[in-house]
Amino acid sequence: MNRSTLDLWVGIFVTIGVAAILFLSLKVGNLLTVSNDQGYRLEAEFDNIGGLKLRAPVKAAGVVVGRVEGIKLDPKTYEAVVTLKIDRGYEFSKDTIASILTSGLLGEVYIGLDSGGDTKMLADGDRITKTQSAIVLEKLIGQFLFDKAAGGGDAPAASGGAAPAAAATGGTR
Amino acid sequence: MALRRVGRATISSVERLGFAARFSLAVVVHAPAALRRLRLTLREIYFSGVLSLVIILVSGLFVGMVLALQGYDVLTRYGANESLGVLVALSLVRELGPVVAGLLFASRAGSAITAEIGLMKTTEQLSAMEMMAVDPLARVVAPRFFGGIVSMPLLAALFSTMGIFGAYLVGVRLIGIDAGSFWGNMQAAVDFRYDIVNGIIKSVVFGIAVSLIAVFEGYHARPTAEGVSTATTRTVVASSLSILALDFVLTVFMFRGLGV
Amino acid sequence: MPAANPAVVAPTCPTEIAVELAGVSFGYDRNRPVLAGIDMSIPRGKLVAIMGGSGCGKTTILRLIGGQLRPQQGRISVAGQDVATLDRDGLFAMRRKIGMLFQFGALFTDLSVFENVAFPMREHTKLPDELIRDLVLMKLNAVGLRGAAQLRPSELSGGMARRVALARAIALDPMLVMYDEPFAGLDPISLGVVGQLIRKLNDALGITSVVVTHDIYESLKIVDYIYFVSEGRIVAQGTPQEVRASSEGFVRQFVDGAPDGPVPFHYPARPLVEEFARAG
Repeated sequence: MNRSTLDLWVGIFVTIGVAAILFLSLKVGNLLTVSNDQGYRLEAEFDNIGGLKLRAPVKAAGVVVGRVEGIKLDPKTYEAVVTLKIDRGYEFSKDTIASILTSGLLGEVYIGLDSGGDTKMLADGDRITKTQSAIVLEKLIGQFLFDKAAGGGDAPAASGGAAPAAAATGGTR
Repeated sequence: MALRRVGRATISSVERLGFAARFSLAVVVHAPAALRRLRLTLREIYFSGVLSLVIILVSGLFVGMVLALQGYDVLTRYGANESLGVLVALSLVRELGPVVAGLLFASRAGSAITAEIGLMKTTEQLSAMEMMAVDPLARVVAPRFFGGIVSMPLLAALFSTMGIFGAYLVGVRLIGIDAGSFWGNMQAAVDFRYDIVNGIIKSVVFGIAVSLIAVFEGYHARPTAEGVSTATTRTVVASSLSILALDFVLTVFMFRGLGV
Repeated sequence: MPAANPAVVAPTCPTEIAVELAGVSFGYDRNRPVLAGIDMSIPRGKLVAIMGGSGCGKTTILRLIGGQLRPQQGRISVAGQDVATLDRDGLFAMRRKIGMLFQFGALFTDLSVFENVAFPMREHTKLPDELIRDLVLMKLNAVGLRGAAQLRPSELSGGMARRVALARAIALDPMLVMYDEPFAGLDPISLGVVGQLIRKLNDALGITSVVVTHDIYESLKIVDYIYFVSEGRIVAQGTPQEVRASSEGFVRQFVDGAPDGPVPFHYPARPLVEEFARAG
């Protein structure tokens, strides 16, 4: 094997190998958007975030406008504080409602933003005041069974209907 | 009688283990020598890496395509076929990439390394080297060891990349999943730190294991034609088993409590 | 008349002793000793043959001299240095002064002929490439294979491979060259060529040579002194003239190639009658 041909092949091999690692890191692992510091941050408090994870998408009208950047528990209020990173170019009104939603029955958990009618816009570091927590299936079922037991079967239809409604609206502030 | 046999087997395997440990230490001690002779290591990267390219790229492509077909079949039952990208990327990057590339690497490059060193021993080339006051560990073993360690992660990354490309071909081009959701969901679900970096760590560990087993078996092969063929078989078997066992151990440590 | 002990050699060769073995015993495992009390002294500048049947421990002697094996008893010294006391670095320093030709050449199959001969130079010297090129071509010229420099070892005939290995063995101008079966498996012409080369290099470069072989005719033509080894012991020794004239049983059997003699034709076995008694 000629020395320079060997060098060339090893060069090609290492180059495409490193390119593959870069491809996996940037295109598949999406490393680029992590280091991409453009955009601004918003905070939102939730009673319960359910299965929300870091780097979950933030969507407005189904369009991804940002990512979940941080999740922590407020030690005083025992509420989850979620930091959202919104891409530059998207603005939302002060009365925007943030809700934790699930795409499909088993799909990924994401945060949906519904903009309101306020003319003032949220700026970097602002807190979204209107939030809707995740619907936790176990709690829902638990409450349903509890209500049913407490009601002694008088009005199963009424209490059964009320429980999910309460759970769903209870989180709205 | 049976007990005696068990005892003898235990003693000989412990002996062999100690042998291997001392040998690994010797190879690591000779690491600077191999790095100083960069040209030799480059040569070995050529033999273990470049010559494994075709099998890795082709297998990666097909594994990705099959994953996409099978994954699509299951995912459509739950109406989650846009998660195909996630399924393929996670299984490739975390498991299949390092493991299958490692197995292929063991049977393609590992066996070749063992056979080559074993043959050098059989034809007294290693003895000749020793008599020329050149340490075969530094001249023959260490470059092959480090060549393997460099090649393996690159091959695993190429395998995963080809797999994802194959899944893209089948999922997006053939079946017609939306390209945006294919890539978008994948990017949303694959984490750089947990998935990509851990996958690379796995492939490095497998590279070390396979290269070490290959040079060890070659260096300690009985210097006969039969000895070399036995050693080559042992390399493939031992490497494959250690890849699978190490994969389990690493996975337990890496993805424990991640809840994914 | 073969001399019974090496002291007889000393007065006839007043030169310095290059290699000396005194009471050397060795065995790969405890039950089967390969060598049992070998005494040998090889004067500087001489060409000495160690002869014996296959598997009698000839190659083991070379490995002991080169320090690849350690003797269980006795003392081996090369140029006055006790081999057994050397540490790894000392051993490597000693080996740089020793060239060795292995049984089938042991050329590095992944290197060209040129690179094979250049190998010891590249490993042990910092000579510039042009100088190495000249030196290698000179060594190859000495064995008549300058034209084959760019061939691969797999493209060489057995005799050519042996000559390339010889060029490699003398690459660093050693003081001692050891030959392990240099004549094995060669056709008569190659055999003559290799034999003459060994003699010529020995005289021209002033090196000491030890040839391990079972080829009695070729050895008688070229060597200065012969040791006969059988069952781990030196059974006879002498100059070629003495060997030709010898009447000792082992030497005669070896020189004449008789199938039976002191070295029996039959592997030790039960008496013939006893063995076949059952069948009858």
